[in-house]
Amino acid sequence: MAQFELLINGTRHQVEADPGASLLWILREDLGLTGTKYGCGIAQCGTCTIHVDGNPMRACALRVENVSGGQQITTIEGLSEGGNHPLQEAWIAAQVPQCGYCQPGQIMQAAALLRQNPTADRETIRNYMSGVLCRCGTYMRILEAIERAGKAMTESKTA
Amino acid sequence: MPHPNTNTSTSRRQFLKTTGGTALFIGTSGLLPTLISCSDKDRITKTLAQHELTAWVRLAEDGSLTIFNPAAEMGQGSMTSLPLLFAEEMDADWNQVQVAFSPQVTEIYGSPGWAPGTKLMFTVGSRTTNSYYNVMRNAGAQARYVLMYSAAQHWQVPLDELETEPHRVLHRPSGKALSFGELASLLQMPETLPEFGPDQLKDPTEFRWVGKEIARTEIPAKVDGSARFACDIRLPEMIYGVLERGNLHGSRPTLRNESDILAMKGVLKIVPFEYAIGVVAETLEAALTAKNRLEISWSEAPATGFNSQEIFSSYANRARSGEAGETVHESGDVSAALASAVKVYSGEFRNDYVYHAQMEPLNAVARISEDGQKAEVWVGSQQGPDSKLGVPGLLGIPPENVDIHLQYLGGGFGRRSMNDFVTECVLLAKEMAPRPVKLLWTREDDVRYGAYRPLSLQHLKAGVDGKGRVTALYHCVVGDGGNLVASGSRNDHYDIPNQCAEWRETSHGVRLKHWRSVGHGPNKYAIECLLDEVAAGEGMDPVALRRNLMARSPRALATLNRAAEMAGWDTPAPEGRARGVAFVEHGSLGTGICEISVNRSSGDIRVHRFWCALDAGVAVHPDNIRAQMEGGLIMGMSSVLKERITIVDGHVQQSNYSDYPLLRMNEAPESIEVDILPSSDHPEGVGETATPMVACAIANAFFRLTGKRLRHLPFTPERVREALAS
Repeated sequence: MAQFELLINGTRHQVEADPGASLLWILREDLGLTGTKYGCGIAQCGTCTIHVDGNPMRACALRVENVSGGQQITTIEGLSEGGNHPLQEAWIAAQVPQCGYCQPGQIMQAAALLRQNPTADRETIRNYMSGVLCRCGTYMRILEAIERAGKAMTESKTA
Repeated sequence: MPHPNTNTSTSRRQFLKTTGGTALFIGTSGLLPTLISCSDKDRITKTLAQHELTAWVRLAEDGSLTIFNPAAEMGQGSMTSLPLLFAEEMDADWNQVQVAFSPQVTEIYGSPGWAPGTKLMFTVGSRTTNSYYNVMRNAGAQARYVLMYSAAQHWQVPLDELETEPHRVLHRPSGKALSFGELASLLQMPETLPEFGPDQLKDPTEFRWVGKEIARTEIPAKVDGSARFACDIRLPEMIYGVLERGNLHGSRPTLRNESDILAMKGVLKIVPFEYAIGVVAETLEAALTAKNRLEISWSEAPATGFNSQEIFSSYANRARSGEAGETVHESGDVSAALASAVKVYSGEFRNDYVYHAQMEPLNAVARISEDGQKAEVWVGSQQGPDSKLGVPGLLGIPPENVDIHLQYLGGGFGRRSMNDFVTECVLLAKEMAPRPVKLLWTREDDVRYGAYRPLSLQHLKAGVDGKGRVTALYHCVVGDGGNLVASGSRNDHYDIPNQCAEWRETSHGVRLKHWRSVGHGPNKYAIECLLDEVAAGEGMDPVALRRNLMARSPRALATLNRAAEMAGWDTPAPEGRARGVAFVEHGSLGTGICEISVNRSSGDIRVHRFWCALDAGVAVHPDNIRAQMEGGLIMGMSSVLKERITIVDGHVQQSNYSDYPLLRMNEAPESIEVDILPSSDHPEGVGETATPMVACAIANAFFRLTGKRLRHLPFTPERVREALAS
């Protein structure tokens, strides 16, 4: 066991873990940040998508020692205050989730896209989001919500 | 000033006889009057002693209502649709409604929709809205009645002079009104409570909330990470359990390195199962590490020697043999009709095993008291016929000593109607009592020890008379699992006078379970494809052929006509594309039309557009119905184009999304359009009507595009290339 310092959602956390430990289990089981879900453990489903310095990453594939050097980790709990990120609002407006399990990962992936490119076209969105699986089949509404949020973000910037 | 009716003691709760012979109990607890209906006074008393606030509804003095949902919420929307029905009849203001899961007490909250005189809490078969429709409305009407009775008593006016508008009781002659919140402290209990039959409930034309665009109650929690699934539960002193189950179903393990495993850091116990080795450890990481290091010898099993991809020729022989199968249904005389038919069309259709692939791998948390007499379980389950998920029987304790805390399900699709994972978790927790145990299945566990939709083969024959009318349909299913392969072989909405379906049983020792739409997927695929072949052979348009068959089923016909209209069926598809049609009856009636293209060198089929028209009876929550159709179609496309479990010498060959791919966003269609036809008939389930449309719609479009037939699910690129080269 070793000590690691993780900077998550703006808060420093001291955690004890073995080197090589997966960030996903530390987030979920040690720190109680359970919005980040386990889906496959091999970076195939995107359900555990978080941001590391603003880039979408799969928490299951991150080793604790590689994200404890001051990197800013953001989980769904830290995406916005009060769940009011334009994407979260768009997700509600479009009534996207069904079972809801993959949706934190979907929203985190989409947030990274819109930060880089709020005017992303449909083809760009489809490709960028293709790493996050949804078994309930909410893809059509995810597309709609991302376009809606992108529009809201662009309008609020120009307003 | 305390009001007499706000006494918290359970002794003030009153037991009421109802006119319908069942009983309805009104209790108060704190400021929150509660209503429950039940048929057994002793059980009510016990239940109330156990659950301080158990009820269909709680009313607070600020007017807020909490309505209990008795069904599992796995994305299908029960957390909104059932309370909505209750609120409608209660004449509540939906904006003041909150929703919570009901306790898992079947006598009170069970659905009577399974068998006469019985009740079950069981969220399967698209039966939730259908079977709870009148239950929730009756309970809501009774809650309204109690509020009106209380107002009548308070004002000393006759009850029949009262009426309600949302969240208020009115007495027009005197101009008096009381809000539901104001009535919370004035509640008085009537001697008897009426049962409200369908004729005394609102006519669908009077609905204020039902059928309107209503936001789902649990969606906000599903976008900020706060929605709680069983795997999110964390309890003090909680430890972690995992099992290694291998990939040969039914095989028995012998652990060869027990002492090495027990010596590993954090490992607390090894728990042997007949079919698995369990490890319990202080942390999840330690449990998973130990699981990876288990050295296990596996015995042979009934599945040993079974190769799924080589079995079809023997299935085909079975289908063509003269053996008598088990009759699934029969009408008219199929043999005679086939013998006298002018032309007989026949076709053989195959499907591989498919896996549920719900995004949340199976898991549960259980805590058992040190004396073994009490248990708590946190779980996302589709519930089941066993009381409290079978936990009382497992532990030999009475049901009232077991608390099931139902959580959101990260997908069910039938897999969570099998509570094997609950049993495992409880057995581990029993070993470790009183420490709570979280059991986690890894994705590999979930795939390899899955319970699949069975592999099967359909052999169909259709007889046609001299006028191109289908007079006979013979349907033989060969496969394992009884109704798992037989469901959907019956056609109630096609006017085919002679029909027969039979099942010829096989058995391979592979675990099987209901998978969204069950046998409807493979069977509707076969039926709709053969009808398409009849249409082609008779020189008829596939929609026109179905129109003739639906002549006696105007509701089915309306979905066909509407879908054809939406898709522009009579106009040519864009260059390089073609459309295909399929009709599915699964409670609700739906017609789907897709538009596809094919990459002839790679063999990839692309679905560009999908149109769907549905008659589901009263559309309780229309946007949710659209969501179910969209999702069911996407899941259908995924399974039809990509998914299969294969078995070699009994061993499951897939283990994760890397070798069991699902449809991804970049492969989703350009559009899915759903139209819900208006109806005031009793609501029918919508969760499983869309998925079975996909295979036949795609196969039929593929034929129109290429002249070739696709006869084996899934339509993988290599199978498509083979079909193109044939």
